[in-house]
Amino acid sequence: MRLEYFEMIDRVTTLDRETKRIEVSSVVPQESPVFEGHFPGHPLVPGVLLTETMAQASGYLVLGVMGFTHMPFLMGVDKARFRTFVGPGTVLNVTAQLEHEGSGYAVTKARITAEGKPICDAELRFRIMPFPEGMDGLMRAQARRIGLLEETV
Amino acid sequence: MSSTFETVAGIISETADIPREQITPESHAIEDLGIDSLAFLDIAFAIDKAFGIKLPLEQWTQEVNEGKAPAEEYFVLKNLVARIDALVAAKQA
Repeated sequence: MRLEYFEMIDRVTTLDRETKRIEVSSVVPQESPVFEGHFPGHPLVPGVLLTETMAQASGYLVLGVMGFTHMPFLMGVDKARFRTFVGPGTVLNVTAQLEHEGSGYAVTKARITAEGKPICDAELRFRIMPFPEGMDGLMRAQARRIGLLEETV
Repeated sequence: MSSTFETVAGIISETADIPREQITPESHAIEDLGIDSLAFLDIAFAIDKAFGIKLPLEQWTQEVNEGKAPAEEYFVLKNLVARIDALVAAKQA
């Protein structure tokens, strides 16, 4: 993870297009400017960045299932629960399940665990739109970085 | 009024926080009820789930934007309800 660059996903572990489920892993860095403020002397990953992590895992799931034809943009977070604290060095396991493919939108359920213990979970909604000009290539490059493209598309 | 309308009106009322008595079959979801595109996607999700269908929103939006159909055809509630009934019937056929 590079928190300050919003690179929340380190590696795609599994993408199952049949069951429409993704599993990814990420390691919280030991140091980050984020921890200088959240909180001084008591570094904790902000809940909003855990939400972003679940959103990115869900987004890559949608991209993978749809074959990179459209871009998912986060439009809603429901039932978010943050169950314990996450500090530097924590190894996160993130899973997302595609619950519903609507026309122009998608719904996922995502959760993060660490050493098998629940960290957080939420239901996320995405608007599905054509890629803005140039974003297609950027997303494919990011997907390649985390090992998604070679497995799926 | 049909049970479909009652279900849709309930969904709109709950999802968009609109008093139920303001929602009639003649209501235009956007112009009369002020539902924006984001809220309408939430409503579409609830309708999809409630009726086990997939509202073709992308197709409808494209048709309206290209001038092939008036927005009223899809977004006045009595018309929306008729299309939901047709989708349900098509699924059961």
